[in-house]
Amino acid sequence: MNAVTDNLGLYGTGVLTTLQISLLSGIGALVLGTIMAGFRVSPAPPLQWVGSAWVTVLRNTPLSVVLFTIAFGLPEIGVNGSFFWFGVTGLALYTSAFVCEAIRSGINSVAPGQAEAARSVGMTFGQTLTVVVLPQAVRTVVPPLGNVFIAMIKNSAIVGAVGVGGDLYSVGVQLTGAGGLAVIPVLIGVALGYLVLTIPAGLLLGLAERKVAIAR
Amino acid sequence: MSVLYDIPGPQARRRILIGSLIAGVVVLAVLVVVILRLAEQEQFTAEKWGPLLDPTTEEFPLVWQRIGLGLQATLAAAALAVVFSLVVGTLLAVTRIVSAPWYRWLVVGVVELLRGLPVVVTIFFAARALPALGIDLPTLAYLVIGLTLYNSVIIAEIVRAGVASLPRGQAEAAAAVGMTRGQSLRLIQLPQAFRVMLPALISQLVVVLKDTALGFIILYPELLRTAQIIVQTTKNPLQMFFVVAVIFIIINYALSRLATYVEKRLSRSRTTPDGAAPAPVVQEGAVV
Repeated sequence: MNAVTDNLGLYGTGVLTTLQISLLSGIGALVLGTIMAGFRVSPAPPLQWVGSAWVTVLRNTPLSVVLFTIAFGLPEIGVNGSFFWFGVTGLALYTSAFVCEAIRSGINSVAPGQAEAARSVGMTFGQTLTVVVLPQAVRTVVPPLGNVFIAMIKNSAIVGAVGVGGDLYSVGVQLTGAGGLAVIPVLIGVALGYLVLTIPAGLLLGLAERKVAIAR
Repeated sequence: MSVLYDIPGPQARRRILIGSLIAGVVVLAVLVVVILRLAEQEQFTAEKWGPLLDPTTEEFPLVWQRIGLGLQATLAAAALAVVFSLVVGTLLAVTRIVSAPWYRWLVVGVVELLRGLPVVVTIFFAARALPALGIDLPTLAYLVIGLTLYNSVIIAEIVRAGVASLPRGQAEAAAAVGMTRGQSLRLIQLPQAFRVMLPALISQLVVVLKDTALGFIILYPELLRTAQIIVQTTKNPLQMFFVVAVIFIIINYALSRLATYVEKRLSRSRTTPDGAAPAPVVQEGAVV
């Protein structure tokens, strides 16, 4: 196990970089996904089309193809940036499609009677949405949204594979590469690194779920 | 119509129409800006698109022949990975259901470990660890092994959910006529579970197909890797990756429509006499 114990520092920075990519992409995906979910439930057809095209395209394209298109396509049209930001952008775009679907299903899962009741006591559209529907939607959305984000942490490895250095996956590649360290201990190290990120995320998710769960 | 607003009257309909027009104009404006920007950077030239669209150029037949081969390689990897995942996943699920408590934790541990690993890691290390152990295989095998490691545990969970969603009476009746746990699973529960989980399995096919595009890290010549190679001569990354994305979108969209169709058909035909439909096993948004 020397391969792991000798390189704890490297693994540490790998975990931190992966966490950094995940946090930045997660925030981006949450913002974009919420906007797209808003588009999809809005009454204006053009916005609905944009929302559903967004989801269809990004959900059916492999993340690696999204990342390649951004990383090799954007410089072609004169947009230059670091691989890190291209990677974060790609992961955020890809994840936003799944966030959008999770949020939309949450809004749809609120019983129609809730909104009807709110309207019947004279609430406006804004009040109905913010006081009655959204608080309930948020609660049903917690489990699927959490799963999307846990999957996103794992998907950040693909960002590493496409060219961002220093994340956990890249550390594994680096350690098994030129130096030729024993492959299996390095794999165990990388696996532990991802588990360090995904298991607490899963526990937090479970906690949040219990805290906000409502019996239907 | 959403529950969030009333059925619109004439005034609201006018407002929605105006809103739609504004939104439509904004969307069109964004598209126009993007297209102008692309044109300005000479992304619509015959030089860039010719090899992909113009049959008279000399690259055209070669490029599409290679894309065809790449697509074949992608589909072969996906098909093999799905078949193996199905077999291994079912075995895992059955082991987990019938195993004695003293080794069930082992199965659960393996499932949880593989679920926590990114699929790109399992592919990379299948290609690195197996040769290190003295097992040399073609790259296709490494990709299939990597994909199977990851997807078999997902399928195991789908199978387990499928079996759990069956009415308890099915297993009880099997036990009553003297079947063992194994017989009842094999002859009574699994065939029914497979039917219930068919839509979830088709959705998982989309995930596997998308993940084959990770074959590029071990230089397996699937679609994305093929595109990477072609781009080196044609120098049109944006156009090439766009075409690859379109191919994936068409196939995957067709698959997800098929899953929805199968799910609708099953839910229609599986209603019990008292009208209670079985709980769907397909979780929305599970395909990431």
